[in-house]
Amino acid sequence: MKAFYAAMLAIMLLAPSASWAVQPDEMLPDPILEARARALSKELRCMVCQNESIDDSEAPLAHDLRVLVRERLKAGDTDQQVLDFLVARYGEFVLLKPPLSWHTVALWGLPPAVLFIGAGVIIADLRRRRLNSIDEEASKLSAAEESRLAELLRDNSAS
Amino acid sequence: MTPELGQYALMLALGLALIQATMPIVGARTNDAVLMNMAPPLAVAQFIFVAIAFCALGECYVASDFSVLNVYENSNSAMPLIYRLTSIWGNHEGSMMLWVSILAFFGALVAVFGTNLPLTLKANALAVQAWIAAAFHLFILTTSNPFLRIPDAPFEGRDLNPILQDPGLAFHPPMLYLGYVGFSIAFSFAIAALLEGRIDAAWARWVRPWVLGAWMCLTLGIAGGSYWAYYELGWGGFWFWDPVENASLMPWLAGTALLHSAVVMEKRAALKVWTILLAILTFSLSLIGTFLVRSGVLTSVHAFAVDPTRGIFILAILIVFIGGALALYAWRAPLLKQGGLFAPISREGALVFNNLFLTSACATVFVGTLYPLALEALTGDKISVGPPFFNSTFGPLFIPLMLVMPFGPLLGWKRGDILSAAQRLLAAAMLSAVAIAAAFALEHGGPVLAPFGVGIAIFVMAGAVTDIVERTMILRIPFNAVLSRAIGMPRSVWGTAFAHFGIGAALLGIVSVTAWGSEHIAAIKQGDVIDISHYRLTFDGTFDRPGPNYHDVVGHFTVRRASGEIIGSLEPTRRTFPARNMATTEAALMTRGVSQLYISLGDPDANGAVPVRLFFKPNVLLIWGGAFIMFLGGALSLSDRRLRIGAPHPAKAKAALAPAE
Repeated sequence: MKAFYAAMLAIMLLAPSASWAVQPDEMLPDPILEARARALSKELRCMVCQNESIDDSEAPLAHDLRVLVRERLKAGDTDQQVLDFLVARYGEFVLLKPPLSWHTVALWGLPPAVLFIGAGVIIADLRRRRLNSIDEEASKLSAAEESRLAELLRDNSAS
Repeated sequence: MTPELGQYALMLALGLALIQATMPIVGARTNDAVLMNMAPPLAVAQFIFVAIAFCALGECYVASDFSVLNVYENSNSAMPLIYRLTSIWGNHEGSMMLWVSILAFFGALVAVFGTNLPLTLKANALAVQAWIAAAFHLFILTTSNPFLRIPDAPFEGRDLNPILQDPGLAFHPPMLYLGYVGFSIAFSFAIAALLEGRIDAAWARWVRPWVLGAWMCLTLGIAGGSYWAYYELGWGGFWFWDPVENASLMPWLAGTALLHSAVVMEKRAALKVWTILLAILTFSLSLIGTFLVRSGVLTSVHAFAVDPTRGIFILAILIVFIGGALALYAWRAPLLKQGGLFAPISREGALVFNNLFLTSACATVFVGTLYPLALEALTGDKISVGPPFFNSTFGPLFIPLMLVMPFGPLLGWKRGDILSAAQRLLAAAMLSAVAIAAAFALEHGGPVLAPFGVGIAIFVMAGAVTDIVERTMILRIPFNAVLSRAIGMPRSVWGTAFAHFGIGAALLGIVSVTAWGSEHIAAIKQGDVIDISHYRLTFDGTFDRPGPNYHDVVGHFTVRRASGEIIGSLEPTRRTFPARNMATTEAALMTRGVSQLYISLGDPDANGAVPVRLFFKPNVLLIWGGAFIMFLGGALSLSDRRLRIGAPHPAKAKAALAPAE
């Protein structure tokens, strides 16, 4: 069995690590602290990966960051302090949910803007068309006028 | 010889596309029937030559002709035939070949089946289709030629990226492209209508089947990709808000909106101008998706700048087609007459609501995906926009949509009665309240809002059923009468109910997994026992298993119920590919009802302990099952009488005979 494990290990070592994120040896014994660490990890970007959180990434950098987050939590930091610490170190790029600031106004503002401007346009359009149709109603001929018109036309064609 | 044949065929296809792009339009301008009638045979001929090119590339892969650069880079003679075939589109050049093949295929379909279309509309639409085709043929021939040879042919290929060696590759990209490219038909018809400056309700009836077909394929394609990522990546996520995924979600959202606005246009001749714009936007988003995925801009703005030929070419295609289409729209759309008045509370009103929220959701995904790229390109600032952003913006837009959805089909056209609709939804609302109470009582932990998510999902599903119950008058009239009503009902009504039910089911799956899924990570040794949810797993050890072009190390787990009864075993695998010196995680899944046990292995540590990740995913299959139900809804709608028959002049009389809705 030992030989088998050695062979298996050799195969594994040859292969670069594939996708596998949080390792058991990184995890904190305290389940509440660990849950906070996992939640925080999902908010943080692995900076060398393509849009992956450090919770999902197998990159060595992500591993280091996961360990770092846990160290800060063990030292008694609040969640916000951990995030602030990482932003101070790596910049805003590390946050997967960018905070609202002058250069993210358009990002956060566009979805509600589309919704409210769209709603405004729709309401204005409905109203305008309603008014137009009322005008049309008002300018329509009455039944008496219609029959008089028909009469005139008949006379006209007859003559 | 074969690759040269393929390249030659592709060049001929480009030539044919150029003729198809010009002659019919000239014909439509000068009212020359001969020129206009050139379009259909040209479209068919173009498809035949593109198909020859595609098959030539396929033959190179099947024969493992490593003198072709593309085959050498992406294939290996040890690979099973199915993966040698699917690796045709498992790379940039080949996937563009698939893209143009599907484009030409759709063009040929319009040419063959569009017999009842007005001559000018058909000629213009096929010409626009050919502009797109010509642009992409040129793109392939100049920047992404899959037929290039290597002077000294190597003996063995470099193998396909192991993550792609999966049945998922056979299914996911073709379905996705059928969806993406299918929307080109709506685009071409919209441009044709703008060129003519004339549009009516019949336009919507001609275009709707194509939109529906494309939407169905895109729905399945996205769901298939999601399931593939779920089992292949080894950490059990089903949606990552990755830019590549977003690229496919945007056309889906816009396409869903288009599907609904086209209904209004068809039935009530209203929203014409908006529907045309949506048709243009939907395909534009497909093009943008192609650009995002194919230009390398996602990896980083800098990688794009280093080798920009492909990116610039697609960007030029984007600017010409989207810019041109929107300019034409701005110029011609005011000429189109608006029709059909309606009250805010009406079927039309509900569909406008749907369009508003779907468009906003689409805009959210759009800005979230492109903002970081734009910001970096403009100011050099780097920010990340990931799942937490999308969850907090996309979710709030989808909740109102879900809440209003059951009301839509119950409201009348022109002027609806909200109170009577609410009355008929009372049972659904009560069912949903019971579900919320049950979720609170049964589940512990998870977010506080999760039971309300379950409530919304149940409301949507029950609302879809309510519509059918109301229309068939089930429980109120004898069973035979119900049956005949059910059969006589337009299939599009069934389609709506299925599609709405499906989205409710998918939502239920998403909420359940997100809120109550459990996870267990541990390093274990032979004989160790893990408890998760109601199950107990015993690790029996690992063994080796050779494969054709890979080597497996398999872990064996026995799964028991809490009572001790054995219900099966799981064999998660680490798969090593020597050709690329890469390893993948093959997760093992056990399905229990609609829930799944999910287990994946990591690399063993120095002491021989194997790290495992074990998940219990409650109701997870509903996510993809729901998408499949939506697909079925689309299929039912597509088989509706009025779409099968089409809409030439005699159809008006026939449509009047169809059961009233």
